[in-house]
Amino acid sequence: MDNLLINYLIPLLIIALKSVFLITALLITIAFLLLADRKIWAAVQMRRGPNVVGPFGLLQSFADLLKFVLKEVIIPYNADKVVFLLAPFVTTVFAISAWAVIPFDAGLVLADINIGILYILAISSLGVYGIIMGGWASNSKYPFLGALRSAAQMVSYEVSIGFVIITVILLSGSLNLSDIVYAQAGNYGFLNWYFIPLFPMFVVFFISALAETNRPPFDLPEAESELVAGFMVEYSSTPYLMFMLGEYVSIVLMCAFGTILFLGGWLPIFTFLDFIPGFVWFVLKVCFMFFLFAMVKAIVPRYRYDQLMRLGWKVFLPLSLLMVALTATYVVFI
Amino acid sequence: MNDKIKDNTFTINFGPQHPAAHGVLRLVLELDGEIVDRVDPHIGLLHRGTEKLIEHKTYTQAIPYFDRLDYVAPMNQEHAFSLAIESLLKIDVPRRGQTIRVLYSEIGRLLSHLLNITTQAMDVGALTPPLWGFEEREKLMGFYERASGSRMHAAYFRPGGVHQDLPEDLIDDIDTFIESHPAVISDIETLLTDNRIFKQRNVDIGFISQEDAQLWGFSGVMIRGTGLPWDLRRSQPYEIYSELEFEIPIGKNSDCYDRYLLRVEEMKQSLKIMKQCIQILRNEKGPVSSHNNKLFPPKRAEMKASMEALIHHFKLYTEGYHVPKGEVYRAVEAPKGEFGVYLVSDDSNKPYRCKIRAPGFAHLQAMDYMCKGHMLADVSAVLGSLDIVFGEVDR
Repeated sequence: MDNLLINYLIPLLIIALKSVFLITALLITIAFLLLADRKIWAAVQMRRGPNVVGPFGLLQSFADLLKFVLKEVIIPYNADKVVFLLAPFVTTVFAISAWAVIPFDAGLVLADINIGILYILAISSLGVYGIIMGGWASNSKYPFLGALRSAAQMVSYEVSIGFVIITVILLSGSLNLSDIVYAQAGNYGFLNWYFIPLFPMFVVFFISALAETNRPPFDLPEAESELVAGFMVEYSSTPYLMFMLGEYVSIVLMCAFGTILFLGGWLPIFTFLDFIPGFVWFVLKVCFMFFLFAMVKAIVPRYRYDQLMRLGWKVFLPLSLLMVALTATYVVFI
Repeated sequence: MNDKIKDNTFTINFGPQHPAAHGVLRLVLELDGEIVDRVDPHIGLLHRGTEKLIEHKTYTQAIPYFDRLDYVAPMNQEHAFSLAIESLLKIDVPRRGQTIRVLYSEIGRLLSHLLNITTQAMDVGALTPPLWGFEEREKLMGFYERASGSRMHAAYFRPGGVHQDLPEDLIDDIDTFIESHPAVISDIETLLTDNRIFKQRNVDIGFISQEDAQLWGFSGVMIRGTGLPWDLRRSQPYEIYSELEFEIPIGKNSDCYDRYLLRVEEMKQSLKIMKQCIQILRNEKGPVSSHNNKLFPPKRAEMKASMEALIHHFKLYTEGYHVPKGEVYRAVEAPKGEFGVYLVSDDSNKPYRCKIRAPGFAHLQAMDYMCKGHMLADVSAVLGSLDIVFGEVDR
């Protein structure tokens, strides 16, 4: 009995506590990143953005949370109730659970598993289920179209993201995210990071990440001027909040993922700056990536469905395949 | 369409509560996957019976109804109505009045084109240009307010001239605006004109040939996009347009992108026209409206002393004036195309019939023709480039 307690229950408790801490920290960060997104967007549009709740509108996200939670949940008459309510949870849970393998600093990771990359790839692919389920269960026309679009879109861009990741794996020689970061360490600071040798892949990754998270210019599943709100049309209150939350969690996940793959994770820009904790560097880089995401949203128009497919299959796929071949050649022969 | 319902299509309601429906348009779309099979515009959700209401109002009271047609550029509509009444009454507008009318017509064109090119961008997903454009529209509506007292529903163009003269500093402020506005246009252009995605979404979308455009009754930018230099300001000049210098840009490919470019160019030409009007207004003083007191109200000060002026004022604002029997069609080049008023008078103080020819109505008819075979996303792009305002379509 004591063995059971020491060997299983206590570690389980510790992992549970760690997870709760991680999720809390993550959600609070996202509350502020969400505000940052709106503020950046507002600044580009010469607006002020949210500035009423709290100083500089800092508490806006929390006010929104309260508002969403306190509203009535409306379930369409013909909807499949169980699936309809399950869908937003699927999206959010998968988005959050991918964070388990993200290393924030040397050794600061919830699950340091050897196949971290495959885990993230698998979990983020499952995220599309939430959208398909939500679109299908609403039993309504706009959500249905949105769900169809999103299924096709996410599958197409996952392919190119997969190849991008393969190039990084080829260079680093590991599927473990921490090892990938260590592989980018060196005496030249940021010149050692993978975004320099793999620059085209960094661009492909960034654009595919936009598509993967349904951000403009790839926000077809929720295209306002065509599908009103796509798969989210029938959602309200907390389920809607869960969708939004899941979306932002996966956006920040993609930022963190890109940081680890191409921007050297927690490594400092210059080696002499290593007195600053790695965690700070990591957060700064994620914020930088997020800023890029937010700026793209403010600037670009939206692709049409067929153009999006063409870009994914006819441009990114050949390009990333070519880069995989080149990288493999480099690794094997040079 | 035969009665047999095709079971492999997907019918959706695009509007009336759709963010890209430009008001209260309801399109019933039949989709084959993402491809549009049929577009069926349903109108009338904003029908207010304007034409019938005008028959029961005196000529002066009818003017504000025209502000509420194309509420994006209100004064251009009043202009057509005022011209029609002036033709029936056979009166002339003093030169300064004409110049002010031209100036404000061009402000209306800017108002409308600013709204249209930016919302066309919004229809293809770019959300920033509208905010930049609205900043400028705000200033222009300020000019409306300072001339007429109202930001939108001006009732400023009256038969015989304009309601009152412009304040001197307003002319200076409009001049300053003309100097600063091109920078904003080029800002918006940097986001759109060479943007690859914007081009991919608009080039070759919503094509219509010159013959078809004429058959569907297109006018304005829609017909100039096909390469036909048809502009009422040049072909049938009214007011002082014949002595002003400006160019009529025409399109080449007759697609949504051409129409966008045309609108941008027309805005630049409008600024040129406004500049010339400002010159005239500064150099030539004079009355802004007809002196005929049977038609135009006397000055306030005059009314304090003159019994006759008081009587005129009273008669004008109760009974109005009688328009001799006749019928007339007068049209102006409104921002959206040919806006015409067909007026039948019967020697009474109210119009016997007032038929309004709204350009948007003719353009909307062609939705099915222009969208067939395109994708769902293109419907909103085409709709954006048609420049529809429901106030004038539904009347």
